[in-house]
Amino acid sequence: MKTKKITIFGVLIALAFILSYIESLIPIPIPVPGIKLGLANLVVITGLYVMGEKEAFVLSLIRILLVSFTFGSPSTLLFSFAGGILSCFCMILMKQIGKFSLTGVSIAGGVAHNIGQVFIAILVVNNILMIYYLPFLLISGLVTGLVIGMVGALIVGSVKKYHLVTGNNN
Amino acid sequence: MGNKMLKRNDMIMMGIVLLIALISLGFFFLNKKEGSAVIITVDGEIYQQTELDQNNTIKIKQDNGDYNEVIIEDGYVWMTDADCPDKLCVKHNKIHYDHETIVCLPHKVVVEIVGGEENTVDIIAK
Repeated sequence: MKTKKITIFGVLIALAFILSYIESLIPIPIPVPGIKLGLANLVVITGLYVMGEKEAFVLSLIRILLVSFTFGSPSTLLFSFAGGILSCFCMILMKQIGKFSLTGVSIAGGVAHNIGQVFIAILVVNNILMIYYLPFLLISGLVTGLVIGMVGALIVGSVKKYHLVTGNNN
Repeated sequence: MGNKMLKRNDMIMMGIVLLIALISLGFFFLNKKEGSAVIITVDGEIYQQTELDQNNTIKIKQDNGDYNEVIIEDGYVWMTDADCPDKLCVKHNKIHYDHETIVCLPHKVVVEIVGGEENTVDIIAK
């Protein structure tokens, strides 16, 4: 079982890494800093439902560090870190409350991610006016969280159906 | 499958987030005033302050080589050039109203428009 867990971790991190790269290639037509698709969140949410809370947290931490050092700069690390960690904590909390579906948890994650980014932006440029971007980022987090959540629900459904992770045929 | 994807609680949460966003957008919209001055800050420090009705081209050169160029023309302000990696600031729409900003996060540059005299006093007092 331990080998299996390590393998799944490796596969999920590789997937998150690739998805972050693909995302960096897609131009976003809205010139508001911080708007992102959050494709890598697909992996974190899958990890959260298939493996567990601790695993999802470790997964998002490793992903943020890897992606920032590879494709980003020190300033993107700060933003990804604040957004990613807040989003992950928020999703774990929402899942523990137990009153929301996977899609709902993903939406909360998307919104929390963007709130984290706006607060870092306020600190980085030292200007409270960044708060004016918050409504746009709330809506974009909602939409991307919804889309990612729906795809995530399909993925988690399939993974569980075919016992890809918890299968006892090892 | 389709109706299982979203629970009632998810809908309520989405509604609340949407409501907060729309109320604050409405609030910003109602408080929209004509701007009168442009303040450019770098890392929170005022780099240059100028009038909005004065056509101008401002080059922001930082010691570490970071570069941005701002144009003020006919009461509108926009960023024409920057050597930052994402170029989001250059793509940003022209700004004109009080409190509107163009940010270049990688360079910590903020171009903001301030309103009537009241605001200018506030800024100086800060």
